[in-house]
Amino acid sequence: MISVGHYLAVSAVLFTLGVLGIFINRKNIIVILMAIELILLAVNINLVAFSAALGDLVGQVFSMFVLTVAAGEAAIGLAILVIYFRGRGTIAVDDANRMKG
Amino acid sequence: MIQLIAFYLFATIVIASGAMVIFARNPVHSVMWLILAFFNAAGLMLLAGAEFIAMLLVIVYVGAVAVLFLFVVMMLDIDFAELRAGFVRYLPLGALVAIILAAELVFAVGAWNAGGVDLAARAAPVVSDKSNIQQIGELLYTRYIFLFEAAGIVLLVAMIGAIVLTHRQRGGVRTQNISQQVRRRPEDATRLVDPGTGQGVEL
Repeated sequence: MISVGHYLAVSAVLFTLGVLGIFINRKNIIVILMAIELILLAVNINLVAFSAALGDLVGQVFSMFVLTVAAGEAAIGLAILVIYFRGRGTIAVDDANRMKG
Repeated sequence: MIQLIAFYLFATIVIASGAMVIFARNPVHSVMWLILAFFNAAGLMLLAGAEFIAMLLVIVYVGAVAVLFLFVVMMLDIDFAELRAGFVRYLPLGALVAIILAAELVFAVGAWNAGGVDLAARAAPVVSDKSNIQQIGELLYTRYIFLFEAAGIVLLVAMIGAIVLTHRQRGGVRTQNISQQVRRRPEDATRLVDPGTGQGVEL
């Protein structure tokens, strides 16, 4: 019998993989963005699992909003990446110091 | 029984492809693994009874976001081997953070399974005689209508932002100027001359 715990375990592993991906691919910002997508996917699985377990639809509605934000974030992130590459010729985030932050 | 098999199949593939996303050497392969992960996550959500979110995941993530990633990865000419330098150096720190995070999540799930806190009443209970999409639609277009429109504005801002960021004015190209063409009058364009016999016309 599949319980909500199974779904939570899958989403926990996926979330952890996303965080690990951000840490080990420090230089490649494309993979960092993909890792963020993995994290948001884990959050969505969590929301849907709780929605199904509690019999409450709000989780699925919020999951849709998370999806919206994820799509917008990917579009803006990749646009910034493209203009950054156009200006510098590389996407190594280690030497991103243009704003002197 | 078949649900159990399906769950473990989807769960195994989603985790394996999630691992391949972050460990793959070539970002194009990463995107392919990401697409596989999204498909299997959609399968997981289908098993949980959330058909609408599952279809949305396939359409939005696989159809739009993953293709966008693929487009950008293939458009940029990047030496990916150089970007992988430091992979081993960051591995211990990353693994430590990941292990701490995983332990915390397992702890939280355990606490929730052991009774946990008493949740408040359900905000929108599932009604069994309607389909999932119909229920979500009724909720989305009534109680969450302002949130829904705010989500639309977020998408609009993202679209305009992406266009403004990546658009560039290219100099040195001759484009058609309609208003200039329409404004052109016969007096500006032609000249009547009356040259004498044997004289040429100075152009």
